[in-house]
Amino acid sequence: MTFAFDTSDPKFADYAHPGKLVSTSWLADRLGEPGLVVVESDEDVLLYSVGHIPGAVKVDWHTELNDPVVRDYVDGEGFAELLSAKGISRDDTVVIYGDKSNWWAAYALWVFTLFGHPDVRLLDGGRDKWIAEGRDITTDIPDRIATRYPVIERDDHTERAFRDDVIDHLGNPLIDIRSPQEYTGERVTHPDYPEEGVLRGGHIPTAHNVPWARAVAADGGYLTREELEAIYRGELGLAPTESVITYCRIGERSSHTWFALRYLLGFQAVRNYDGSWTEWGNAVRVPIVQGSERGTRPARGARASAH
Amino acid sequence: MTDNALPAALAEISEDFLDLDENSRLELLLDFSRELPELPARYSDHPEELERVAECQSPVFIRVELDEAGLVQLFATAPQEAPTTRGFASILVQGLSGLSVESALAVPSDYSQRLGLARAVSPLRLAGMTGMIRRAQRQIRLLAGHE
Repeated sequence: MTFAFDTSDPKFADYAHPGKLVSTSWLADRLGEPGLVVVESDEDVLLYSVGHIPGAVKVDWHTELNDPVVRDYVDGEGFAELLSAKGISRDDTVVIYGDKSNWWAAYALWVFTLFGHPDVRLLDGGRDKWIAEGRDITTDIPDRIATRYPVIERDDHTERAFRDDVIDHLGNPLIDIRSPQEYTGERVTHPDYPEEGVLRGGHIPTAHNVPWARAVAADGGYLTREELEAIYRGELGLAPTESVITYCRIGERSSHTWFALRYLLGFQAVRNYDGSWTEWGNAVRVPIVQGSERGTRPARGARASAH
Repeated sequence: MTDNALPAALAEISEDFLDLDENSRLELLLDFSRELPELPARYSDHPEELERVAECQSPVFIRVELDEAGLVQLFATAPQEAPTTRGFASILVQGLSGLSVESALAVPSDYSQRLGLARAVSPLRLAGMTGMIRRAQRQIRLLAGHE
């Protein structure tokens, strides 16, 4: 690995995979070093143009990581084309950051992980923390030389779950990271995202409700390992050896929790269900529980009709 | 005005966008975001007078007035960290202000589809602008006594 882990602070050294999260000071000290590429990934498509970390390239989730037609991500060729154009090599250390406490950055990191990019890390606290600390930003677009990123087949099994995988998983831990109102079914839309419509409200049977922001500290970064363990191991009683699936509405905020479980707490098998509630809440004959109770595992006969 | 005719300012903005390639369209939207005027004190001091546009992913608030001549004036505010939303709000402030009630109500709520941004911005992000138009038009109808 080109760049040593960020162990500048005990907070970072304590995580199960200490290399996956880096601090703003760690990044500031290494900006411009060869082999390090900084990527900004935001909800707002123009935010990068307003100002970004010097040298950072933009990767937009909506317009670049998604397939333009099918509800899926780009394939191996599309990803290779995108990263080549951005000037990212397979052996580069990639540090991703973004707005909204890294929702979209964590989502982008998850997609990089589906393609097995060997070294991809998240900037703790994201864009807001960098700016709040008065660190340099620029509107200059870096002129990176195009690379030849290899075509890698996307791994859709290790870190990703589809609807049928979730149905087979029922009985094992699920974490619903949406708001309590969405979880109970009182609301079928996130108050700020009504265009992501669904027909039915509620949650997947037996899912725990832990809104994503519970993993976030006051400075917008992640909580310490001990604090995260108090929630996911203490309150929920999960063990790192258990298989866990996270979901939200479209899979972006649940990527934030996926990251915490997978790398900060070292859970061995965590998958993000990117279909999430916008698929489940619209699907025919999948089991749904309404109200604040988690509900029970449905009988096998209750599973969705096969297609 | 035919069904498809847009008021001059909005038609011009639409043409300006469509004349550009996709990357330059984003630049133009960014220019609009910088042009969003500050709220007058009567609203910046009284944010409760503004209506939240829930369709937008970022907090944007709008308020319509009819001036002495009965023409529409739109006021809007959105955070600096949400330039896309600011850009859409700014287009509407420039495009709706000064219109008659009838012309403003005739603006199609899918005006955002006429800016050529679906690929560069994504349809999901464009939905917020539709919400802004619908809410502005509802306020206009109330002010004009149509409801």
